Amino acid sequence: MEFYRNHVLVCGGGGCQSSGCHIIRDRLIDSIKKRGLESEIKVVVTGCMGPCSLGPMMIVYPEGIFYCGLKPENVDIIVEKHLYEGVPVKEYFYRDPYSDEPAAAIHEIPFFTRQMKIALRNVGLIDPLSIEEYIAFDGYFAFAKALTQHKPEDIIRLVKESGLRGRGGAGFPTGLKWEFTAKVQGRPKYVVCNADEGDPGAFMDRSIIEGDPHSLIEGMALCGYAIGANQGYVYIRAEYPMAVEHLQKAIEQARKYGLLGSDIFSSGFAFDLEIRVGAGAFVCGEETALLASLEGRRGEPRPKPPYPAQEGLWNQPTVINNVETYANLPSIILKGPKWFRSIGTERSPGTKVFALAGQAVNTGLVEVPMGTPLGDIIFDIGGGIIGKKNFKAAQTGGPSGGCIPAGGLNVPVDYESLREWGTIMGSGGLIVMDENTCMVDLAKFFLDFCQDESCGKCIPCRM
Amino acid sequence: MQAQQMETGLDQKVEKIIAAYREKPGALIPVLHEIQNELGHLPMWVQQRVSNAMNIPLSEVNSIISFYALFSEKPKGKYVIGVCKGTACYVRGADKIVEQLQELLGIEAGDTTPDGMFTIEVVRCLGACGLGPVITVNDTVYTRMKPDKTKKVITDLIEKTGKGG
Ligand SMILES: Cc1cc2nc3c(=O)[nH]c(=O)nc-3n(C[C@H](O)[C@H](O)[C@H](O)COP(=O)(O)O)c2cc1C
Ligand code: FES
Repeated sequence: MEFYRNHVLVCGGGGCQSSGCHIIRDRLIDSIKKRGLESEIKVVVTGCMGPCSLGPMMIVYPEGIFYCGLKPENVDIIVEKHLYEGVPVKEYFYRDPYSDEPAAAIHEIPFFTRQMKIALRNVGLIDPLSIEEYIAFDGYFAFAKALTQHKPEDIIRLVKESGLRGRGGAGFPTGLKWEFTAKVQGRPKYVVCNADEGDPGAFMDRSIIEGDPHSLIEGMALCGYAIGANQGYVYIRAEYPMAVEHLQKAIEQARKYGLLGSDIFSSGFAFDLEIRVGAGAFVCGEETALLASLEGRRGEPRPKPPYPAQEGLWNQPTVINNVETYANLPSIILKGPKWFRSIGTERSPGTKVFALAGQAVNTGLVEVPMGTPLGDIIFDIGGGIIGKKNFKAAQTGGPSGGCIPAGGLNVPVDYESLREWGTIMGSGGLIVMDENTCMVDLAKFFLDFCQDESCGKCIPCRM
Repeated sequence: MQAQQMETGLDQKVEKIIAAYREKPGALIPVLHEIQNELGHLPMWVQQRVSNAMNIPLSEVNSIISFYALFSEKPKGKYVIGVCKGTACYVRGADKIVEQLQELLGIEAGDTTPDGMFTIEVVRCLGACGLGPVITVNDTVYTRMKPDKTKKVITDLIEKTGKGG
């Protein structure tokens, strides 16, 4: 194995791609070569590092020096001064939005230090297209452990004990869902991943698939083993071509490594995955509509029961979970339910990923323990409101959610507390609005949205 | 019409796509996706072909196409401009960008210019919400749109098409 003195991580997330991170990467590689440092310094393009509004950005390890807002010509200077002479370049450091002081390393920047990453543990840290890097960060260990040391029932028990709740919106206990499906007679059974991410203002699932596709594959494979399913489907919305591409490559790698396919880890267990791409219908995020769409029909919901656990895809028992739900599973199996329960709140254990958007200074992708006060997310991590304007409200839960006004900045963000404020956790869109936003206009916007996207199936929409 | 299809070999392409999915259950949507990627839209003769080859009633094929916003029976412009009107972009002024595009190109959102060059589409969230307002021109994403930036993107494109590009 080669040994490198420095690793330079360049963010290649969706936001940074549109900010021109490819030019930065090419320039960096070029500049390193010109200095003859290519055997000492490794450049890695990662998934989303989080603070999209600061892109293009990169982190130099082992020190963890964070450079942001980069222009191509800045890169030559960083290579010359920092990577060659060993003196970090202050000019391109992050500046605290309140004090305007430069902060060198990521462990000095609240945006990073106030977060806690489980679902995003590898996103922004590894090359998403390298299964070797995923494995080097304990990837597929949970799956190996499950297949070699645990019975399917054990996995279901661990997930139940962890208290993990579905991250797609409704917060249903994942372990219970798996148990129902495992107990239903009838085969084949299916594992489905909801990656439709229809809520506008949300890009968590996209970032997980693009930045760490193997954690989704591992989570789904664990589910397959637990409930006795050998085939999984990932339903991704068509607006996310890079997610489709990364996941497709990851699936192929996993097959090559024998982590998907037949007789995995010589256990006799077989599991494989297929991607299906959506076609632009918000309602397909609803699970029964999604299953209809997977079968090639109009994506219209149907009444429940029967639940997908009983009659899902092609009327077979099916578990359907959200991307982030699956991405939590490898860590839960590896570190145990007790560890997971030590994070977050009593009734909402673990963390939640949010897509922070709107008028916050640092917009982007964040993951915090459940129960973190809303104000901490917006002001400590998000750096407050652009132009030091006043905060007016935060919108959560997508079109089915609601807005929390300034009086609610202390509300702990968990399923129950948000409900008390008349909104929902939803899938994790968190849109910050300043004093200039007109709430009446916003309400009209959401009504228009719901009218446009209505499929006319349920009574409230038809009246 | 028929002769034109034969000439361009579109027919065989369509057949090939359908054949590739013959064994897969629930393949109608992936098949339509691939054909639309190839042809740009899904005209009636294609729908008929799909219906025959996959043994699905034409009415059902058509109802699928009309249900999903991404499928189109009409040809789209050479440059498809997608404007995000998701919540995050909206609170950062996406509606002004839509208005401006309509004015610049002289068409309503959802329509195509008579010369077949531009289509404006309103989309819901492109997943770049942190950097709104966002627009796309075919596969290129433009972020933090402002009126002068929008104007430049469009005039550059018009200039390019004028030069036969
Ligand atoms: C109108 C509507 C839209 C939905 N959109 C999504 C979505 O985009 N992504 C998602 O994961 N769940 C969505 N859901 C929730 C799903 O129906 C389902 O609860 C979820 O996929 C279950 O996974 P989980 O338990 O892991 O959260 C939506 C529900 C409704 C009613
Ligand atoms: S709301 Fe526009 S990209 Fe998400």
